[in-house]
Amino acid sequence: MKVLKYLLIKEYKQMFRGYLIPILFVLVPFALTNLVPRIATQEVSNLDIAVIDNDHSSVSKRLTEKISASGFFNLRSLCGNYMEAYDLLQRGDVDFIVTIENGFERILYREGAAKMMLSVNSVNGMKGGLGNNYLTQIVMQYAKELNEETRNSMVSPMNICPQFLFNSQLNYKPYMIPALMSLGLILLMGFLPALNMVSEKEKGTIEQINVTPVGRVEFILSKLIPYWIVGLFIVGFSMLLAWKIHQVVPAGSIALVFLFAFVYILTVSALGIIVANYSDTLRQTAMLMFFFIIVFALTSGLVSPVSSMPDWAQEVTRLNPVRYIITSLREIFLKGSTFTQLLPQFIPLCIYSAVTMTWAVISYRKKQ
Amino acid sequence: MTEKIVIKAERLTKQFGHFTATDHITFEVREGEIFGFLGANGAGKTTAMRMLCGLSQPSDGWATVAGYDVATQHEQVKQNIGYMSQKFSLYDDLTVEENFTLFGGIYGMSRKEMKEKTTRLLEELDFASERKTKVKSLPLGWKQKLAFSLAIFHAPKIVFLDEPTGGVDPVTRRQFWELIYQAADRNITVFVTTHYMDEAEYCDRVSIMVDGQIEALDSPANLKQQFEVETMYDVFYTLARKAKRGDS
Repeated sequence: MKVLKYLLIKEYKQMFRGYLIPILFVLVPFALTNLVPRIATQEVSNLDIAVIDNDHSSVSKRLTEKISASGFFNLRSLCGNYMEAYDLLQRGDVDFIVTIENGFERILYREGAAKMMLSVNSVNGMKGGLGNNYLTQIVMQYAKELNEETRNSMVSPMNICPQFLFNSQLNYKPYMIPALMSLGLILLMGFLPALNMVSEKEKGTIEQINVTPVGRVEFILSKLIPYWIVGLFIVGFSMLLAWKIHQVVPAGSIALVFLFAFVYILTVSALGIIVANYSDTLRQTAMLMFFFIIVFALTSGLVSPVSSMPDWAQEVTRLNPVRYIITSLREIFLKGSTFTQLLPQFIPLCIYSAVTMTWAVISYRKKQ
Repeated sequence: MTEKIVIKAERLTKQFGHFTATDHITFEVREGEIFGFLGANGAGKTTAMRMLCGLSQPSDGWATVAGYDVATQHEQVKQNIGYMSQKFSLYDDLTVEENFTLFGGIYGMSRKEMKEKTTRLLEELDFASERKTKVKSLPLGWKQKLAFSLAIFHAPKIVFLDEPTGGVDPVTRRQFWELIYQAADRNITVFVTTHYMDEAEYCDRVSIMVDGQIEALDSPANLKQQFEVETMYDVFYTLARKAKRGDS
């Protein structure tokens, strides 16, 4: 243990001697929690829409006003006919066309229902789908209003009243921030120990260590412990940023966030060491780590939910530690889940860290 | 010099696939001796030395260093040796003193002992002003002297030096050998590989390896007599030109 102390002093000094690494410790969480949730948002707004109002009635005019006042749509053009609007859509000036036929108001009052047409550019499926939803909601809301005004049940006999649980605003940020935190941790806590370890190989300093009686466990721990400490600091720093910048705070326990993050940091840092132990050069290590990080990120549910993947792919994601941490952190942040509720995530994470830690020590060979 | 044997190799062999880098070598090194381990590039010197240091597992044969078997008791071997590799391998982003503290600490020296010894060593090297200098900003000759001082910092029984003076100017080389003599005076056995034949003359005994095998082993004087030549250079040349492998 005394030896470990000297090794840790060395690692600590090396870590803070260059200025670049400490800057990364601040920059990466800052970029991931502050910038990315603003840029990589899946909330859709500023949808460009064209309205063809052939009715020119008070009902159709009010509907047009409702659409442009909703905040989701930019009313780009009031067109006289469909061809004119379709031309705008072709040129990419608008993505939605609402057509209100002549006699809309008359038919509505006479028959209790009237038709209007919505054309959607669905090259971007998500944008089209969400715009369609928003527009339907606006029309439903308007129909309800008209219904109340005329006090008869001519429009919309059924009323859907959705209630969104856990994230009532359907806000993208509390959903993405825990996932981005996990990504930041694998980037820093996976890559840096790997590069540290392999650069000792490249410089030859590891040979000077191997020829001493230093224990394998001690040497590997000396490589990992500094990153565990920094990792926990990064978790705290990211949560602080999320709170101060986006007002996103975990609904559940903060201690639980730290606990899960810690077990996850053990895993990714040990993974970095394993990769370095099997490579001879910095280049090999960097390529292997990129491979792992990209595969892990894409199969983790960061972007596309695991539940919508094909069955075989869902099975594959069970091998991915990032999946468990993203699920856990999202549940803690949004649902306020407790430790017991998260056991199905916690147990795999623990198994993962035990396996990778053991592997990291075994794969480090002082002797060839 | 005593008659006590500190390194004993018996048919020590290392194979990499079909290639036998070190081919059944047998020799002994006595305590306090300066043992020159000569051979052309690719003759198998570094491989043999790495086996003796417990960095490489022998394929066949055995060796003991400081009384411990290199194949099975390598960590005990490591407690008793110092090693200076061909490639300069101190931490260049640490200062001179921090390097001493790290390796002293690894061998279990006390803080007080390390501090005193560092002070004394740096004074002897006329190097006290560079105590807090980062190693990377030192010239190569200084780095090499420092690496040697570090290899014997924990007072090992044996120190292994793999081409310690490669790329170093003649004056520094001379100073380096003075350090080696000082270490030998303190009864540290020195096991050194070199390509400089003037350095071979400084050794108590030398062995010359050709294609993985030891072709000659004796004191420089005896070897010159045996081959009926004037210098160690001629001895080496006579043997080494028979070599079938090598990178030249």
